[in-house]
Amino acid sequence: MSKSTLFDKVWDLHNVGTLPSGQTQLFIGLHLVHEVTSPQAFAMLRERNLKVMYPDRTVATVDHIVPTENQVRPFADGLAEEMIQHLERNTKEHNIRFYNVGSGSQGIVHVIAPEQGLTQPGMTIACGDSHTSTHGAFGAISFGIGTSQVRDVLASQTLALSKLKVRRVEVNGKLLPGVYAKDVALHIIRKLGVNGGVGYAYEFAGTTFDKMNMEERMTVCNMAIEGGARCGYVNPDQVTYDYLAGRDFAPKGQQWDEAVAWWNSLRSDADAVYDDVVVFDAADIAPTVTWGITPGQGISIDENIPMLDAIPDGEKETAKEAYQYMDLQPGQSLVGMKVDVCFVGSCTNGRISDLREAARVAAGRQVVAGIKAFIVPGSERVKLQAEAEGLDKIFTAAGFEWREAGCSMCLAMNPDKLVGRQISASSSNRNFKGRQGSSSGRTLLMSPAMVVAAAVTGTITDVRSLLN
Amino acid sequence: MDSKVTKISGTAIPLVGNDIDTDRIIPARYLKAVTFDGLGAHVFADDRSQLQGQHPFDMPIYQGAKVLLVNSNFGCGSSREHAPQAIAKWGIQIMVGESFSEIFFGNCVMLGIPCLTVSPETASRLQLMVQENPQTLVTVDLVAQQVSCGDFSDAININEGARQQFIAGTWDACGQLVANGAKIKEVADRLPYLNFG
Repeated sequence: MSKSTLFDKVWDLHNVGTLPSGQTQLFIGLHLVHEVTSPQAFAMLRERNLKVMYPDRTVATVDHIVPTENQVRPFADGLAEEMIQHLERNTKEHNIRFYNVGSGSQGIVHVIAPEQGLTQPGMTIACGDSHTSTHGAFGAISFGIGTSQVRDVLASQTLALSKLKVRRVEVNGKLLPGVYAKDVALHIIRKLGVNGGVGYAYEFAGTTFDKMNMEERMTVCNMAIEGGARCGYVNPDQVTYDYLAGRDFAPKGQQWDEAVAWWNSLRSDADAVYDDVVVFDAADIAPTVTWGITPGQGISIDENIPMLDAIPDGEKETAKEAYQYMDLQPGQSLVGMKVDVCFVGSCTNGRISDLREAARVAAGRQVVAGIKAFIVPGSERVKLQAEAEGLDKIFTAAGFEWREAGCSMCLAMNPDKLVGRQISASSSNRNFKGRQGSSSGRTLLMSPAMVVAAAVTGTITDVRSLLN
Repeated sequence: MDSKVTKISGTAIPLVGNDIDTDRIIPARYLKAVTFDGLGAHVFADDRSQLQGQHPFDMPIYQGAKVLLVNSNFGCGSSREHAPQAIAKWGIQIMVGESFSEIFFGNCVMLGIPCLTVSPETASRLQLMVQENPQTLVTVDLVAQQVSCGDFSDAININEGARQQFIAGTWDACGQLVANGAKIKEVADRLPYLNFG
């Protein structure tokens, strides 16, 4: 059993008590709410005549269903309009802070909370979205929940939970040029498996993480759930504090100094005990692309799609299903594979540093004719910042569409969807069958830079050949 | 209504395959709604339309099944509670498999649907037994922690806290959580960050 890790310390601090079932009643310090998984929860509150216990610890935005082209109200999609209206009504009725479209602070929930300084070390954070693991980048214990649990958090600011085990996932060394945080995430998932993290929180550590900026850490924590770990985190350090300082909701003045001292005390102790430890070498990580139908079916761009013989027995059936669905042959290289759609965005890779890296590759190049390529900033603030830096001009000059903030084609609950058997190079987090809106559509996950490389060459391309 | 879940017995439906994600269980387009109504009709919508009647959820022999038999990492991906809601509304009351995604498992608890784990061999064996004889009854006993099917029986595993919630009928913990308001406030008062800003 783990001991003296950040996970243990934060868990203990938020422990309200032991329930008759033996589970822990855990206080949730920040509850993030969006339009898809909350309307039923608010309805349940009404049915039970319950109120929101801590409205000031609850923050809402709208992201999944937001159109990224035409945002004029009412939305063209009546169902989407109904969902946003419900959120508007529910947040007003319960006095919950709501960042609506056009507020200047709307965006993907996992982008806006960190950028406003709502996400802080030592917090417990829950949201009705599996990618809530993102916020662990700050040294928070942060995880996705379902709608009935959203109801519980609204009503009591707590959840009934059993404690997770803790696995330290260490990566050491310098990332090679053209290798990004996304590649680190895909590499870890590939090595530990899509279910390797079930029952665990992942503590990401080692010199590679020490050197990452906050947005890179968020990318890796975001994808912890794709490796089965409901929760992933990085111990807070000076990088965390430098990012947080001055943000809207960050502590100020004397409180800041007290906060930093408290945050430092939460770091995993040098003699902390873990349930498991795995170690990777950064030098072994290359630009990584998925070829199959789970985020664990990835290969480095230098490799070929694995032969069936090379795949562990338990994964063979999924591999066969993947070869067939993706229409790919074992032993084949992905390099040179034609793509139809190129998407940069999502809670994994829709932040300003992602757009900067994408623009670096796009600058002076052209999207190949016939390819639909679009860039979706993760929030209204990211969009504004990118425009201030002239990134939008670089993208549009190169033939990319420059969109409004939202989840877009990561999960296609809005007009951005694949059509038929289209192949998408995507900076998002899931390549599940049908994920991007067409029941036969195909998704290859990769870093934003690799997506742009695919857009400007028309095929899956090693971005390192385009970087100076 | 008695909310205790101690033993469920019924016909079963085998759904073979690892890593069946919640996007497959209920595609995102069905999430564009403000209620969970009608989700049962759309469970596995895309898989079913592709298999044109040959998907287990469409096969007449499996209609009326209460027990869903799956393999590894079932329910991975999105946290959408719409997934277990759709499965439950189709008629499933309990699931047995090699492993379940953490969030999916938690969502099932909230709906009073136990997800029990067994060895990979037992998961496959149960599926095979039901494929060979779809009328055979599968019985899951949470008190004895055992699954049985014909002459075969084996141990089932489940997180002990969740098992207690099912047996005691306290899987809907909302009321219990709210009732601890004073203790909740104590914790809130000692958390430094609630006083920041």
